[in-house]
Amino acid sequence: MDMVEVLERLNYQVTYNPAQTCCGQPAFNAGHREEAHSVASCFLEAFKEAECIVCPSGSCVAMVRKFFPQVFQSSKELEIAKSLESKVFEFTEFLVREGKVNELSGQAEGKVAFHNSCHAMRELRLIDEPWAVLRKIEGCQWVQPEVEPTCCGFGGLFSVKFSPISQTMAKTRLEQFVDCGADTLVTNDPGCLQQLKTEASSKSLGIDILHLSQFLNRALNHPGVRS
Amino acid sequence: MSQLQSFLDNSENKALDEIHRKKIIKAVTSYDQTVIGMKSEQFKDWAHSREVAGKIKQATLDRLPDYLEEFESKIQARGAQVLWAEDAQAARSFIDEIIARHKVKQVVKSKSMTTEEIDLNEHLEEQDIEVFESDLGELIVQLAGEKPYHIVTPAMHKSKEEIAELFNEKLNSDPDSTAEELTMTARAFLRNAYVTSQIGITGANFLIADEGAVVMIENEGNGRLSMACPPVHVVVAGIEKMLPRLRDLPLFLPLLSTSGTGQEVTCYNSIIKGPKGEEEVDGPEHMYVILLDNGRSELFQDEEFQQALRCIRCGACLNACPVYRTIGGHSYDTTYQGPIGSVITPHLRDLASFGHLAQASSLCGACTDVCPVKIDLHHLLLENRWRSKKAGLSGIKWELILKIWAWVFKSRSRLNGMSKFIQLTQGLVRMLMPKSLREKVPRRAKKSFGELWKERQQ
Ligand code: SF4
Repeated sequence: MDMVEVLERLNYQVTYNPAQTCCGQPAFNAGHREEAHSVASCFLEAFKEAECIVCPSGSCVAMVRKFFPQVFQSSKELEIAKSLESKVFEFTEFLVREGKVNELSGQAEGKVAFHNSCHAMRELRLIDEPWAVLRKIEGCQWVQPEVEPTCCGFGGLFSVKFSPISQTMAKTRLEQFVDCGADTLVTNDPGCLQQLKTEASSKSLGIDILHLSQFLNRALNHPGVRS
Repeated sequence: MSQLQSFLDNSENKALDEIHRKKIIKAVTSYDQTVIGMKSEQFKDWAHSREVAGKIKQATLDRLPDYLEEFESKIQARGAQVLWAEDAQAARSFIDEIIARHKVKQVVKSKSMTTEEIDLNEHLEEQDIEVFESDLGELIVQLAGEKPYHIVTPAMHKSKEEIAELFNEKLNSDPDSTAEELTMTARAFLRNAYVTSQIGITGANFLIADEGAVVMIENEGNGRLSMACPPVHVVVAGIEKMLPRLRDLPLFLPLLSTSGTGQEVTCYNSIIKGPKGEEEVDGPEHMYVILLDNGRSELFQDEEFQQALRCIRCGACLNACPVYRTIGGHSYDTTYQGPIGSVITPHLRDLASFGHLAQASSLCGACTDVCPVKIDLHHLLLENRWRSKKAGLSGIKWELILKIWAWVFKSRSRLNGMSKFIQLTQGLVRMLMPKSLREKVPRRAKKSFGELWKERQQ
């Protein structure tokens, strides 16, 4: 809902199609392309009329933009699937593309770090976009680990099938943020969010973990912001 | 025990092993720093260099049979003998023949993953032939009775203290030896082996078609001693090691060294064009080059997977891989570990036994980002998953789960029903769960987005 509120604040008319379910990525990534196809077809049905689709997860966007052509290969829905490629955007990607970044002004406190999801970073190459948005938030100190960005270990079904590996990956990633002194961690994917939150709470780490849209919405509504 | 089960057990053990985790983090952090520094220092445009390198390797593959023949005829003209080994068994038989012909009792080896691939050490030891691994890292794992942990740095997982203890036990060195002293111990132990071995076995980093040459790069000088001192030199090289021209080396040598260890170039770079020539005073009398296929032709003919043969075995994808960093090299139980191993092993060996390796990835793509020849590694992992599914290897449990999942997610009302059901029963279900699982499974939100949306519209 935070994303909706931010978009509405920027004067977009947001609609939500209650018939939508999932893009099919869990099955696709498991190699089960038929199942992915059947669920992704519902996605096409739900979104084929949309003018523009904004999503708070780079992972889902990557699925639609990069993998739908494979899912619908040699199927009659291929054309519709391809038409979505240029209509679907990750949240920060959308804000940057629309030139809305300068309209954002927000406040936050503490030492804040950002974890970019691997799919946003490597499938969609969204490296500067999240930062363009985050940098608009003032009052907090941005801190970042010195190491190369690494995966939080979520990986969808991977975290179920190989949970000890997945958990240790989360631990290693989270340690990097704790080591750099962050008290708040922002991430742009619900998958990473869940993964890192679970790890942080199981270790009782005093670090607040938020989705970027949540962080942004809070910051925009911060009492310290001059309107 | 199945490969999958032993992978699950071993990877879990390593994932929970804090000492291992700390050691590997330390090693890869220092690797990362050196490599990143060297990339910008040595390459004007790293992205462009890997683009070019990938294209050259791909163009080589496009004409691989021609280049292999060119290589063969050029190097044979200078007296080396080229042997084509279809599989590991054939390669071992060639080596057996060479050993019988030259009455070999003792072998000195320099680091070679292809000989690991054909289990050469075990094979030779079964015949009471003494094998000296001359690369320091290889020697360490050999003495420890282990397999290489990493394709470039085989003993990456061993701390200096562990090595000191091992050398003390096996080579009688001072248990408090410094790193330099340990190196000197290894050196003293090996020096003799170069002179007393009847045969030196090495791998190759590149094969050069236009010159008919074998290229070997290393840092310790043990490779050139292994190749030059004994009267017989045997090279075991995968057929994908090919480069068309000698003038490709100015790109590929720094590319490999930078990606491998963060060096400008390695300390010793040898180009070997045959056995000792008539005018020459030293070098081996005989040289054999065993060209190893061992499943590579299958990759070669596979439209999607051919690109995996571009690999120059730099090890960068292993170092970048958060799964490798967590479970270590031994958990894979393959010759080639990490992302490239999980891509090719199911094809070089078999999908049924090694298909799970592709599942054991978060598909983060860090490997693809660092590969100097631009192999689309993580998408090939995804492709392997699809192949496993097509071959009916998903297992009944996952077949069923995903079928049900798709059935639910095909309809919003079913999904809503499911979601309500979870909401109503989660309290009870969570009570019945073991605590560890309860911590992991998130609670369903009090209200779904759909419900919130509906309220908002009213
Ligand atoms: S796949 Fe690429 S990164 Fe991995 S070892 Fe081969 S060349 Fe290096």
